[in-house]
Amino acid sequence: MQVTSSVRTPLITGGKTVHDVTEDICRQVEGKPSKSWLLGMGMALTAFGIGFIAVAATLWEGIGMWGLNKTVGWAWDITNFVWWVGIGHAGTLISAVLLLFRQKWRMAINRAAEAMTIFAVICAAMFPVLHMGRPWLGAYWALPLPNTFGSLWVNFNSPLLWDVFAISTYFSVSLVFWYLGLVPDFATIRDRATGMRKKIYGALSLGWDGAARTWSRYESVSLILAGLATPLVLSVHTIVSFDFATSVIPGWHTTIFPPYFVAGAIFSGFAMVLTLMLVTRRLFKLEDYITIEHISLMNIVITVTGSIVGIAYITEFFVAWYSGVPAEQYAFFNRMQGPYWWAYWSMMTCNVISPQLFWSKRIRTSISATFIISIIVNIGMWFERFVIIVTSLHRDYLPSSWSMFYPTVYDMGVYLFTFGLFFTAFLLFAKFFPVVNMAEIKSIVKSSSEKQTA
Amino acid sequence: MSDSRNFVLGVFDDEDVLLSAVRKVRGAGVKIDEVYSPFPVHGLDDELGYKRSRLPIAAFMFGILGTSLALTMQFWMLGVDWPMIIGGKDFTPLPDFIPVTFELTVLLAAFGMVGTFLVSSDLKPWKDPKMLDLRITDDKHIMAIDLGKNKSMDAQTINGVLKDSGAVEVNDKEVED
Repeated sequence: MQVTSSVRTPLITGGKTVHDVTEDICRQVEGKPSKSWLLGMGMALTAFGIGFIAVAATLWEGIGMWGLNKTVGWAWDITNFVWWVGIGHAGTLISAVLLLFRQKWRMAINRAAEAMTIFAVICAAMFPVLHMGRPWLGAYWALPLPNTFGSLWVNFNSPLLWDVFAISTYFSVSLVFWYLGLVPDFATIRDRATGMRKKIYGALSLGWDGAARTWSRYESVSLILAGLATPLVLSVHTIVSFDFATSVIPGWHTTIFPPYFVAGAIFSGFAMVLTLMLVTRRLFKLEDYITIEHISLMNIVITVTGSIVGIAYITEFFVAWYSGVPAEQYAFFNRMQGPYWWAYWSMMTCNVISPQLFWSKRIRTSISATFIISIIVNIGMWFERFVIIVTSLHRDYLPSSWSMFYPTVYDMGVYLFTFGLFFTAFLLFAKFFPVVNMAEIKSIVKSSSEKQTA
Repeated sequence: MSDSRNFVLGVFDDEDVLLSAVRKVRGAGVKIDEVYSPFPVHGLDDELGYKRSRLPIAAFMFGILGTSLALTMQFWMLGVDWPMIIGGKDFTPLPDFIPVTFELTVLLAAFGMVGTFLVSSDLKPWKDPKMLDLRITDDKHIMAIDLGKNKSMDAQTINGVLKDSGAVEVNDKEVED
């Protein structure tokens, strides 16, 4: 029995019944794709196609096609990688951490957020895989396979190897979590369908019958998975930050990186969830399930994590000055005033100032303002990684090695490719899978739905 | 030989009525075969007298397995099979092995537990669930009572008990085994 205070804002508006939930969500899956969906799919596939040329050229000619040079040996590739992985943090955070905190507002958004996580991690993985040059040999280099397959065992002291384990674990556990959540909803679609669709969704639903015994086990599995996924989410970006923090490059070699990266990841992930959900909500008419209340709560999370990121930036500066290390002091001074000042100030404006606007309730509950700020935040987070990576590298220890980084059309093409991949996958998901977790929403209809005025 | 089972199905449309109905029906001495719901109803497993799931124990065991596999692998590879000096450090620095150990612990715990869940609940793609009522996955809770397991009572009495406890419909259903 669930007791919810009557002063709480309803999470489902429009006086929906349990049956309405089934109808509203299944309609998207069962109907013909809308014009706007086809248009979106066309755009995504175009980006995918154009980007694919850049990917093919990179594989054929090698990564010399990118704008990397001897000084700046890591640039857009790892910037994009960290950016996508960061975005991929929101989904599991929303479903796992908010489940542990019993936040019911997660229920309308967790399905799409988890899907976004999975696709974002796939996009992220594209960059290290392509950077290998010969990715078909990558398994020998990245996995602990016996010596006869490669030269030696992998180096377990290397953060890059930890990344392999962290990201593949994160991807597979998120995938399982997401799929398990989909099973009861696939059963709903199966029981409404006939013919081929019944067969496909029947197989996907694994023979789910809704028995109380299964639900009871299912609930305990979800809870434990959430408990496992919570430290996992935190570990992934911590380990990504180790890629930098364990090196001796000024600007990278700082102990603040793990919490700072995790906060930034949640920050950008929530922003991407908002960008996608505001569109999905409109396209699929989900205004009664993803309400202004949901948007406002997510905006609060953005403000909190954005402020943590802001404090981290200031702390880094203070510590650079206080350390008394000239190289460290120079690195930070150079960020602000060096040739990449524009990247630094874009990052500061987008990440530190823009989320503070959400202190105003009018902005926090405005859909257009939220949409714009959510995109600005992700631009800012891209610049954050660019600033950390490129500005720290472009001033080498020897001034004769100093250089700049200029991206080639192939750098841009590969980035475009991941956008195409991401949106193609997300649109396919949104059309063929239930975008909102019906079973969970149904369980709160009684306690959290807006009462119909009798 | 057609093995068929006869069910009386009580249809409920409210989870709180369902919970009290389970209590009343069991109190009247009727054995409930199973309750089917479109969403998890909290406390239903307690009312039905189901034991707590032991899946968390399975998760823990798989997790421990992951920890020991990861540590054994790393110590054996870098300490025994092919020791290398990396950065002038120990051959087998334990702190460096923690991230991979943690990830493999989580990986095995999650996959092991979900695998155990799928096997113990008999969930598989080629299974036909033989739904007693298609509205189970939509908006109705179905309480299934197997007449064969309630020999001491006739269908009429069971119908009465279900109606009294708040069922909106009571149906009969024959299921081929």
